[in-house]
Amino acid sequence: MAQTLKPGSGPLDYGSRTWLKLLFAAIFVALYAPIFTLIAFSFNTDKRGVIWRGFTLDNYVKAWNNDALQEALLNSLAIAFIATIIATIIGAMVALLLWRFRFPMKAAYEGVMALPIVIPEICMGVSLLLFFINTGMMEWSVGMPWPLNLSNIVIAHVAFCFPFVAVVVRSRLIGFNRQLEEASKDLGASEWQTFWNVIVPFMMPGLVAGALLAFTLSLDDFVITFFTSGPETVTFPVKVYSLVRRGVSPEINAASTVLIVITVVATVIAMKLQAPTKTGEG
Amino acid sequence: MAEAIVSLRNVTKTFPGGVKAVDDVSFDIAQNEFFALLGPSGCGKTTLLRMISGLETPTSGQIVIGGEDMALTPPNKRPTNMVFQSYAVFPHMTVADNVAYGLKVTGVPAEETKRRVGEALEMVKLTHLAARKPDQMSGGQRQRVALARALVKRPKVLLLDEPLSALDAKLRDEMRLELTRLQENVGITFIIVTHDQDEALSMASRIAVMDKGAVQQIATPSELYEQPTSRFIADFIGKVNLINAKVVSSTAKKIVCDAKGLGKIELPHTGSPTGDIAIAIRPEKLKIAGSPPKAAKTIAAEGKVRDVAYYGDTSHVVVRCKDDLELAVNVQNDKRAGGSGVERGQKVWIHWAPEDTLVLTE
Repeated sequence: MAQTLKPGSGPLDYGSRTWLKLLFAAIFVALYAPIFTLIAFSFNTDKRGVIWRGFTLDNYVKAWNNDALQEALLNSLAIAFIATIIATIIGAMVALLLWRFRFPMKAAYEGVMALPIVIPEICMGVSLLLFFINTGMMEWSVGMPWPLNLSNIVIAHVAFCFPFVAVVVRSRLIGFNRQLEEASKDLGASEWQTFWNVIVPFMMPGLVAGALLAFTLSLDDFVITFFTSGPETVTFPVKVYSLVRRGVSPEINAASTVLIVITVVATVIAMKLQAPTKTGEG
Repeated sequence: MAEAIVSLRNVTKTFPGGVKAVDDVSFDIAQNEFFALLGPSGCGKTTLLRMISGLETPTSGQIVIGGEDMALTPPNKRPTNMVFQSYAVFPHMTVADNVAYGLKVTGVPAEETKRRVGEALEMVKLTHLAARKPDQMSGGQRQRVALARALVKRPKVLLLDEPLSALDAKLRDEMRLELTRLQENVGITFIIVTHDQDEALSMASRIAVMDKGAVQQIATPSELYEQPTSRFIADFIGKVNLINAKVVSSTAKKIVCDAKGLGKIELPHTGSPTGDIAIAIRPEKLKIAGSPPKAAKTIAAEGKVRDVAYYGDTSHVVVRCKDDLELAVNVQNDKRAGGSGVERGQKVWIHWAPEDTLVLTE
């Protein structure tokens, strides 16, 4: 007679055990219920946003017409956009440096480079604030026209975004077949031509993924922005924070939902691009 | 010999850490040759090829290509092109773009590029796949792209690094023929690196055998096979029976030596070696017989068949003679019935002509 196995008793079958399924469900609820509540209540007609009274899109219209929110969102997008471009360029250069060259203290440099990833945000915020005050940049930027008055925040965002780009691009470069580079030179291309025609196209998925990561990090950063922004400049997360202190309105829910959607879309694209592909083979 | 297209003069490459990959190598490669660098892995053949291409610079010595010393010239300024072992086809470009790449980066006009790319693709029979991306192609097809991409540049010398090693057996035979044909058609000097002696013997017009960073012998395939200059080469190229011997006496044209298991034998040989030597006989030059041979001059030994391996067209027989001397004999299975005609444990006589025997002093 053939042996039979009770369902759920196989070594990799634990997913079918009831208590484990329940545990999974509980964890997912704990993780995502607050977010879904936030999204759901952005469609709520109730002004105070505590009890569900009916579906509406008014909150989105109201959030859109709120000048202060609009300005904050515009600031955030501008900062994220500029910081992403600079962070992607610097991050890509760091990745190339670490991939391509051997130099003394390389391991130490690599560690220091990754510091902004692990350092507590609050420490980074305070240190950047002190830096900007002591160099006089805080005062300087306050008097500048838009978007130059955002330069402090942009610099701060570049500082914590570029290591992420560097890490992503570098992991992409590990799969690079050096013979492609040699083939390019052998066929008559200069170093510069080889870089643009062969290495950059290979890095591209990493660059895009890194840039999207930097964009989302910059867009929703609160702590560092809070410390480094002048008294007049407000970004979206900072604005939301100040509004929440006066009570949660469905308007904030709506605005936050928009931010979540932007972040999730960017992250999904970044993950798709980072997924291993066949294009790495020579 | 025709005019040299590549001349190596005392080329030495020492890698950081002190490893001498190539040690004082000098030789010429003539116009239009199909030249093979053959050797076991780690013998320095690939390093030598990379130095000719410019991807590696020699520590000392000259590399003269087309009459100019190019030892320190970067690869993009040399009239050489390489087909890489991994093919190194650019994954983000179509086949046509891959082939056009070398012309585009050097500023060849678009019209001419288009025409030459078309010709090159035709030459390797890939015209119908011009718009494909490399990841939709087989290994053999990708190799053709790499070939077309190098040939479209009209180099003076085409360098091929282990071009057949990544292909399966059937494709390898096809490609071998095609490479020889291509070389005849385009009239470019080919330099191929390989560790496979069959590849070198069947394709090359001349072969340089390398070992430990130095060239051991440069010769045509048949010279290399029939007149190897050292035990290493006799053993590396094809199969061989190497028998240790001691010289007893020698004259201008003959030597008499005492060989293990064979006793005193007389062999034709110029030069008068003394002391320990080795004699070498290829397995296909040995004959098996049931009784001692009648001809007076033949060298003969009696033994017992230890092993018979059947390969279809031939059978490889191992016979154990006196003094534990084991001789490998290749028997042509030229009759349908009977196979090799011997079986294990059978007593046989082995004999061969003295002039088929090689005397190796090194």
